[in-house]
Amino acid sequence: MKDKLQEIREKALSQITSAENLDALNDIRVNILGKKGELTAILKSMKDVSPEDRPKVGQMVNETRAAIEGKLTEAKKSFEKAALEKRLDFEKIDVTLPAKKNKLGHAHPNTSVLEEVEKIFVGMGYEVVEGPEIEKDYYNFEALNIPANHPAKDEQDTFYITPEILLRTQTSSVQAHEMEKGNLPIRMIAPGRVYRADEVDATHSPSFHQIEGMVIDKNVTFADLKGTLETFAKELFGEDTKVKFRPHHFPFTEPSAEVDVSCFKCHGKGCRFCKGEGWIEILGCGMIHPNVLRMSGIDPEEYVGFAFGVGLERITLLKYEIDDMRLLYENDDRFLSQF
Amino acid sequence: MRTSLKWIKALVPGLDVTPQEYTDAMILSGSKVEYFTDLSADLDKIVIGQVEKIEKHPDADKLVICQVNIGNETTQIVTGAPNVTEGVKVPVVLDGGRVAGGHDGTKTEGGIKIKKGKLRGVESNGMMCSIEELGSDREMYPDAPENGLYILPEDAPVGEDCVAYLGLDDVIVEYEITSNRVDCFAVLGIAREAAATFEKEFVPPVVKKTGNNEDVNDYISVEVKDHDLCSRYTARVVKDIKVEPSPMWMQERLRSQGIRPINNIVDITNYVMVEYGQPMHAYDLDTIADHKIVVKRASAGEKFVTLDGQERELDENMLTICDGKKAVGVAGIMGGENSMITDDVKTMVFESACFDGTNIRLSSKRLGMRTDASSIFEKGLDPNNAMEAMDRACQLVEELGAGVVVGGAIDIYPEKVSSWRIPFEPERYNRLLGTDISAETMLEYFKRLEIGYDVESKELVIPTWRQDLLSYADIAEEVARFFGYDKIPTTLPSGQATAGRLSYKLEIEKLAREVAEFCGFSQGMTYSFESPKVFDKLMLDADDKLRQAIEISNPLGEDYSIMRTSSLNGILTSLSTNYNRRNKDVRLYEMGNIYIPKSLPLTELPDERMQFTLGFYGDGDFFTMKGVVEELLTRVGMDDKVNYDPNSGKNYLHPGRQANVVYDGQVIGYLGEVHPLVADNYNIKDRVYVAVIDMPYIVEMADFDKKYEGIANFPASTRDISMVVPKDVLVGQLEEIFEKKGGQYLENYELFDLYEGDQIQAGFKSVAYSLVFRALDKNLADTDVNEAMERILDGLEKIGVELRK
Repeated sequence: MKDKLQEIREKALSQITSAENLDALNDIRVNILGKKGELTAILKSMKDVSPEDRPKVGQMVNETRAAIEGKLTEAKKSFEKAALEKRLDFEKIDVTLPAKKNKLGHAHPNTSVLEEVEKIFVGMGYEVVEGPEIEKDYYNFEALNIPANHPAKDEQDTFYITPEILLRTQTSSVQAHEMEKGNLPIRMIAPGRVYRADEVDATHSPSFHQIEGMVIDKNVTFADLKGTLETFAKELFGEDTKVKFRPHHFPFTEPSAEVDVSCFKCHGKGCRFCKGEGWIEILGCGMIHPNVLRMSGIDPEEYVGFAFGVGLERITLLKYEIDDMRLLYENDDRFLSQF
Repeated sequence: MRTSLKWIKALVPGLDVTPQEYTDAMILSGSKVEYFTDLSADLDKIVIGQVEKIEKHPDADKLVICQVNIGNETTQIVTGAPNVTEGVKVPVVLDGGRVAGGHDGTKTEGGIKIKKGKLRGVESNGMMCSIEELGSDREMYPDAPENGLYILPEDAPVGEDCVAYLGLDDVIVEYEITSNRVDCFAVLGIAREAAATFEKEFVPPVVKKTGNNEDVNDYISVEVKDHDLCSRYTARVVKDIKVEPSPMWMQERLRSQGIRPINNIVDITNYVMVEYGQPMHAYDLDTIADHKIVVKRASAGEKFVTLDGQERELDENMLTICDGKKAVGVAGIMGGENSMITDDVKTMVFESACFDGTNIRLSSKRLGMRTDASSIFEKGLDPNNAMEAMDRACQLVEELGAGVVVGGAIDIYPEKVSSWRIPFEPERYNRLLGTDISAETMLEYFKRLEIGYDVESKELVIPTWRQDLLSYADIAEEVARFFGYDKIPTTLPSGQATAGRLSYKLEIEKLAREVAEFCGFSQGMTYSFESPKVFDKLMLDADDKLRQAIEISNPLGEDYSIMRTSSLNGILTSLSTNYNRRNKDVRLYEMGNIYIPKSLPLTELPDERMQFTLGFYGDGDFFTMKGVVEELLTRVGMDDKVNYDPNSGKNYLHPGRQANVVYDGQVIGYLGEVHPLVADNYNIKDRVYVAVIDMPYIVEMADFDKKYEGIANFPASTRDISMVVPKDVLVGQLEEIFEKKGGQYLENYELFDLYEGDQIQAGFKSVAYSLVFRALDKNLADTDVNEAMERILDGLEKIGVELRK
């Protein structure tokens, strides 16, 4: 019996070692461990063994079985591993083939710039608000210290709908609306479309966008205006941007200034971009005129404020080096998908 | 506004700066210099020469050989100029020198270098110049020939620098003066600013008393009938006039201002206009009926011939200068042909007046003529300047010997404007500016600007030419600009903190934009105004309410004449542009307003409605667009069932492929395939899909209030049903029945098969749905599901739907 077991064991182990695939292993399992297998046959013949020898023989059979099963499992794992390796090798792909993409759309360059500007001012505690594009003469002019027959009204080439209703020429028209709400202090920016009767060409459009900014509080100073706009310019154009304030005149601010930034292409040396000046004008600003505050119900003895207006397209064109404003309104996909 | 830098330096003798230094400092003190032009930049080694002898060129018919005296020597120059004669004095550029351009008037950047050489074999050591070669033209030098050398006056000093002699050693500075600084539309005003900027003495001309011992009142009388439009009228008389060219210094200065010298009388009026910023006019006294001037409004329809020979029709709001019988000038704009100064004038009346700026501006607009005078008057002048300018003009008449000034002046000035006072509040200026400037420093700035200070009352006394200084803020600006904007510190606002944010509306619009971009749509922008022809392009009915558009009263043209009532034209035009440029599979969206009038003509502001408009052609179909709409609604938390009503009645969409988007019973937009005829109108030969969402509804209905509902722990029970459905019954109607009859356990339903064709009888389609039932709190019993299914099948049966056998 012992010899017989030994024989089965050796035969099985040698067969397993020489098995070429999983099927062969399975055959071995059936032939030896299966219902009609050799080892099973021995177990069946246990009844012929003397009762005192049975535990010993049983133990020997189990050992043999365990040894064979162990070897079978080991061989099976090795075959599976080989099969997996083969599959993985077969499944190798060319990772440089084109990606399958969900084609994303693109924001308009104006919007990209506007969102940057909004982010800067929201970070400084400004609320982003809007006002109507079709506006009363009062809000576009009179409330901004531009009375009837003021030459500034002619200068702006206003589109009129009725003598009292017009297409706003500047987002400054939002100033009085916000002041009239009476929620002080105010820190707001108001982006939006404005309209002026300019024929369409590479640098003009009868419809464009501005961003108005306004702060009203008890102790606002011209120095604060300078600091705010310097922060804005550095955030938008880069930390090394220099900012220059030049005296100017607007009816609704006093003192007023125009603001230049150092050319971000040549950093002030002068290039084609800044027409050799090293500086690029980007906005107008000033301390809100006492008359403007007064007209909207704010006491200029108690409150002061500053305001500024930025031309959005101007910054978009500069920032992305777009040489023709008309491209912004054609909506050619080949243009839009560059932003 | 422009000035010659030489002229400014003459008025501010201590000014010793380069043009660049001048420019930089003037910009920072508030007189914006746009650019400057150095007249002699391209002129080098040009002297006054005299042609002594002319010989024929042996080998060229059109050339001559000249011996030219250039001071210390006589040199040989070959020329082809037709007007060269022996004895003339001409500009000569020497070997190694430069001229500004060719004799045809073309300018060369950096100039043209002249070298000695041989012309057809004959040596030539330089070039004699035309006025064009010196960088100028016949407009400014009317005495220059059309083609040929510029002949200098007989007394020109031979051998001297010709550039300096002609006054071309000058720099012309061009300024952008803002409308509040009327005083700076004058050379004297700019010079005053320059003196203050550089802290140098300002030396204006000293005007002495002029006139003989006669009385002007014996020559002329003046009556101002409309004082409201003429705050001051001054008149003086000059007799025994000798019309001749004005002296060279005056011609030079006029040229530097871009004004062509004509004769002494005209030149004096122009000179005073630029020097004092006060337009003047001269009438021939012999043409003035009754020797009487009357200033009054014209009568409506009155015809008048201005001195340019044009007949003009006046109206009752225009101010005229009349004599005893007729109009002789349109006040402040242009004189009349009937009273103009001719070369034969003997006695003239000088007018220096102050007219109402607004009236001049409006009149000049209505007449369609903007003259040098009107463009100055319309700014609104200081009446006190009128008499000073008048006296200056008379002084120049005497200095130039142009005539005899009659003693005395007529001055109608009923309401004299005198200087006004503003409290001096140094702390307040510092508080506004964020500075710490001493009161003494401020007063020093004011002194330079001729702003007085009354120590007693602590008030500033404002000179009348500074009409822009009215309040403390104006004074603060004077302090700021002379302290230097660049020296003001930079700080950030202190005070109460505020929360920065986008308005809710803008936030929602941003979400919509993100959805569009995620779905492959790029953002376009189009104009808000368009042509009324758009309505026909979109095949709108004659009575369609979208045709009720707001019209612009002064549009750039018909194409930009109405405010859009629909956003479709914009997106279709943009798609058309792309299509016709052969761009494939283009998807665009726009976030822009439409303008819906509450009534027409407009009496109140219209409803500006933000439209989220999407459009594409190429890859995709109706359901692609529908998917985008639903992505949007999901993104903004509009999670209820969206309905699509095919009866949306849009002419511009495919009649069988259009739907209103209905949410919570409200039409919030529409989508569909563009009608092929409309697509054709936009020149697109492809299927185009559009969707328009009315954003105010989205803003109103968006809902971000979410609550956790738990995750179902109990198994679902799924029933698949296959139905035979009459063809005209919409799938949406089936879903409506599922929703209504499904009961509380119906969790979800999904279409998994749709078939029309041979296997199904004509007039029907096969539709299969998978219905999922689930309870959150128990295992569903078959009876629960069966009951629900029975209700559903019952409902389906009522609209002619049968289960497929």
